[in-house]
Amino acid sequence: MTKVVAVTGNEAVANAFRQIEPDVCAAYPITPQTELMQRFAAFVSNGQVKTEMILVESEHSAMSACVGAAAAGGRVATATSSQGLALMWEILFIASGLRLPIVMPVVNRALSAPINIHCDHSDAMGARDSGWIQLWSENAQEAYDNTIQAFRIAEHMDIRLPVMVCYDGFIISHSIERIEYLDDEVVKKFVGEYKPLYPLLDVDNPKSYGPLILTDLYHEVRKAHSEVYKKVPKVVVDVAKEFKKISGRSYGLFESYRLDDAEIGIVILNSAAGTTKDVIDEYRERGIKVGLLKPRLFRPFPYEEVGNALKNLKAVCVLDRADAFGGSFGPLYLDIAASLCNFKEKPVLINRIYGLGGRDYMPEHAQGVIDELIEIAKTGKVKVLKEYIGVRE
Amino acid sequence: MIGWKDIPPGMVLLEAGSALKFKTGSWRAFKPRWIEENCIQCLLCWLYCPDNAVKVKDGKRQDFDFDYCKGCGICAMECPGKKGNKAIVMEEEVK
Ligand code: SF4
Ligand code: SF4
Repeated sequence: MTKVVAVTGNEAVANAFRQIEPDVCAAYPITPQTELMQRFAAFVSNGQVKTEMILVESEHSAMSACVGAAAAGGRVATATSSQGLALMWEILFIASGLRLPIVMPVVNRALSAPINIHCDHSDAMGARDSGWIQLWSENAQEAYDNTIQAFRIAEHMDIRLPVMVCYDGFIISHSIERIEYLDDEVVKKFVGEYKPLYPLLDVDNPKSYGPLILTDLYHEVRKAHSEVYKKVPKVVVDVAKEFKKISGRSYGLFESYRLDDAEIGIVILNSAAGTTKDVIDEYRERGIKVGLLKPRLFRPFPYEEVGNALKNLKAVCVLDRADAFGGSFGPLYLDIAASLCNFKEKPVLINRIYGLGGRDYMPEHAQGVIDELIEIAKTGKVKVLKEYIGVRE
Repeated sequence: MIGWKDIPPGMVLLEAGSALKFKTGSWRAFKPRWIEENCIQCLLCWLYCPDNAVKVKDGKRQDFDFDYCKGCGICAMECPGKKGNKAIVMEEEVK
């Protein structure tokens, strides 16, 4: 039977780790991820799991240890945030290039400078082209569910790619929510026994990881690598279907909320989607046809499906919790715009930057955006394409 | 040359000893020269060479295998030679 509990997001994900019991976990504490690995380390110390916990001196080492352990043939996990993810950057590419199915919750936090420990999406967005699959989560329940599914996705024999599970720092990681745990046995059965692909510890079949490849073949290796991502969406959907059988909860590539007949829409990631849905309900009661699209699989980006879901709208605002300094628009906006650019009929797009460094995203921010979209849909006129909202003058 | 469809996952090499198929000594800038009359057959060069480029037959040192010698100079450094006369000297590679 499922168990209903009141826990923090970090506690929920630590429990998912306990139920999955990876062979190796390497970790370094960083706010707001710390609580997650602290709780998991307690499970290891109490003998509740047999995981080999490696306490390293930096996130660069944490990811390096994970790469080594995964190449050796283990089921491997770690977790990080912000500067920690930035410090892993170099090894992120090695993990994906070597096709090592490491699972890593990323508790989203702003990047320095200035130092800020609170939520925004700059960390994961900075790593969006590192070849890691990214699943994003609106609340603690989704963070828990995505973590469990992440192992199945990463370890799928067609894919063998590392997965980040993103959830908002403090808003999700430290707030206590009602969530439903699956039974330990159910989770264990769902993730199944880990089958390594080319384990180094299989000494009867020697192999080498990480060869030097120059102009003769590198281009071909990268093409082969890029092809793998085409297989990811199907695996994500298949795993979600199976997950529904054990949990009753459905997941897709993205969530559409009141989008089918919508004329205007908002695209937004993670926790702010919840607030937005409430505001959408208020506007729907007033007869305004507004909907929401919340990406779940952000990498690889399912641009065909997303483009088709949005193409019939009149106006869409993409809300980014990260800026692209010196670039044109926020990272989420760019992918949404690219998904729509080849359709003849498409919505007018605007980009709003919100909630940086943990600034609250309030219902009135969603109201402001919807009011602006109503105006754009009516007149076709855009005052400003990209702007910060909730900022003091 | 293989095409992208033949690339194994993660470019993991599944075959042992595949370096034999490549001449890894082609980009050397210096090459060792063996001076046989100064050689005392101690085989330190064979022991130290990281590329297995010193050949030994019936316990006796043979000449270098230049297909695999990268010209690192370790053998020349370690070689005691005969009465202070080195049996290995490094010389600039001439093409
Ligand atoms: S120069 Fe280096 S690679 Fe060449 S034989 Fe001597 S030790 Fe070996
Ligand atoms: S180290 Fe020098 S002396 Fe000894 S076997 Fe090699 S070449 Fe001869």
